[in-house]
Amino acid sequence: MGRNGNSGRNDENAKQGKNVRDGERGGHTGHAGHTGHAAPAADGRLPVAKTYKLYVGGAFPRSESGRVYQVTDTKGRFLANAAQASRKDARDAVVAARKAFPKWSGATAYNRGQVLYRVAEMLEGRREQFVAEVAAAEGVSTKRAQADVDAAIDRWVWYAGWTDKVSTVLGAANPVAGPYFCFSVPEPTGVVGVLAPRASSLLGLVSVVAPVIATGNTCVVVASEERPLPAVTLGEVLATSDLPGGVVNLLTGRAAELAPWLAAHGDVNALDLCGAPEGLRADLERAAADTVKRVVRAPAAEPDWTRQPDIGRLRAFLETKTVWHPTGV
Amino acid sequence: MGVPSTTASAVSTASAAGAVSAQLPAHLADAIRDDAALRRFLHGLPGVDQVGLEQRAAGLATRSVKKAAKLWAIDTAIRMVDLTTLEGADTPGKVRSLCAKARRPDPERPEAPGVAAVCVYPDLVEVAVAELAGTGVGVASVATAFPSGRSSRQVKLADTRLAVEAGATEVDMVIDRGAFLSGRYGEVFEEIVAVRAACGDAHLKVILETGELATYDNVRRASWLALLAGADFVKTSTGKVSPAATLPVTHLMLGAVRDWHAQTGEARGVKPAGGIRTTKDAVRYLVAVHEVAGPRWLDPHLFRFGASSLLNDLLMQRRTQLEGRYSGPDYVTVD
Repeated sequence: MGRNGNSGRNDENAKQGKNVRDGERGGHTGHAGHTGHAAPAADGRLPVAKTYKLYVGGAFPRSESGRVYQVTDTKGRFLANAAQASRKDARDAVVAARKAFPKWSGATAYNRGQVLYRVAEMLEGRREQFVAEVAAAEGVSTKRAQADVDAAIDRWVWYAGWTDKVSTVLGAANPVAGPYFCFSVPEPTGVVGVLAPRASSLLGLVSVVAPVIATGNTCVVVASEERPLPAVTLGEVLATSDLPGGVVNLLTGRAAELAPWLAAHGDVNALDLCGAPEGLRADLERAAADTVKRVVRAPAAEPDWTRQPDIGRLRAFLETKTVWHPTGV
Repeated sequence: MGVPSTTASAVSTASAAGAVSAQLPAHLADAIRDDAALRRFLHGLPGVDQVGLEQRAAGLATRSVKKAAKLWAIDTAIRMVDLTTLEGADTPGKVRSLCAKARRPDPERPEAPGVAAVCVYPDLVEVAVAELAGTGVGVASVATAFPSGRSSRQVKLADTRLAVEAGATEVDMVIDRGAFLSGRYGEVFEEIVAVRAACGDAHLKVILETGELATYDNVRRASWLALLAGADFVKTSTGKVSPAATLPVTHLMLGAVRDWHAQTGEARGVKPAGGIRTTKDAVRYLVAVHEVAGPRWLDPHLFRFGASSLLNDLLMQRRTQLEGRYSGPDYVTVD
């Protein structure tokens, strides 16, 4: 943005060197995201560094608090400054998610499938960028990162296929002893707070977000604290994929700071604790119980995301509505 | 309405105007002597510094109100709400449920204050009066061919009487913007005086519909015109025209009632209406009231909010303040 891209342009190189050397405070000056790999090009062009911001309500705002924090790779080298969301950003994200819910849950399952497939298309188009970011964030080889990105793309396609099948599988026409036609249909729970996996920055994130929105929920996602950059780039993909603004809201920052506010929030209907800090999980469940939230507990260790999932995560954020309709005879 | 009562209202109009002028200081009494004097007075009012006004309004809107002060502001704002339903689809049932909400906005927290009044169309006043008897919550009724004000004097006065006879304690009238904008100030003045007389003991709020007055100068003139004619409140808008209430316009009207108080010793009220939906907005208005008019105006007798969805947001924020976590629309009634 303006302050980063223009005013900071001239001393860009100097700043970047400083960032790497002494871990500059980052602070409130707003130059939130100088990537390490945007080094000066050989042809003398000035590097265009990317500012990593939040993704809320279809827009890319900075944190209202003005805070950023340093993101490093697994070896401690500076990658970029990411926005450090505050409780008010979480609050705004929940408002955006709630606003998006009627339209997204009311869309036909077929339409949601199309949109999810579109996300896969857009992700495919930016494959190289994601491979680079995942490799940098997770400290894995390019080959491993490629496999992860491919799996993430396939995951979107997999869940896109499920959107119009899930009600057939989880719903039913119930045999009842009376003059009624009785049927059960699964309906989305509402706004879901998702604490994304901490290790798998892209595949893990996609594996928890896609099933939530596939069934018509909207969500507020707290991205991996140490590896948030692929999540922000995924936000850019979502913003250009016909996904209505507010269906997915991505926050970067401290999970321990944001999670309690989401867990206690009266307008959040469910909570996925997948990437919740260990020491906080019981407290979060307790807080969620106050407002009778649906809670998906965190697995003991982060699962192997490359394995083909089942529909457990789809089922976790669905409510079953049963209708008794008089047959009239 | 027959001929005799028309005559009677004309007489009472004259006497009401006489009563108004009797209490006024000389220069204001002189202003309402005749049409020409009124025009001279209104056009002699100082022009509004648009840039300064908007800057001041925006500057005060950045003031941060937190913690105990915020809770106080929320409770004060709730007590100032005129809970409004002015739809063609209003039914007695809807008015009854609105009255229930007005009596006890947050049933889970009975200590939450009630609102100032319920605002409905004249034909539903009876329903609201029956529901709110003995609760201290007022019943306001719009009148005078709301919202356009396009009808004859007889119809407007009959409309007002209908509301008052049904038991309305407050009447929200609209001015004839067509007459005002074409410079027929005397006509507007007489009409307000006549409605004032028809109101009897009921409080009169005069809706200026600032969204149709085009300039700040006009808003200032209309405010003074209404105050001279005996309005207990000046109200910004009907809520049917966009833009409705804005902060600068409310600043201007608060300034007018402050000046009126300085010159006559009488405290008159202001009611912004329309477009105020969030607690944040409401708090900004309260800051304006405190800074422009004075702390005395932080009182439901002198400042009101005309709103419907605002109350739910105030209740949610109240819970957020008390419970230490964010609340949601599932926890307040839908109206």
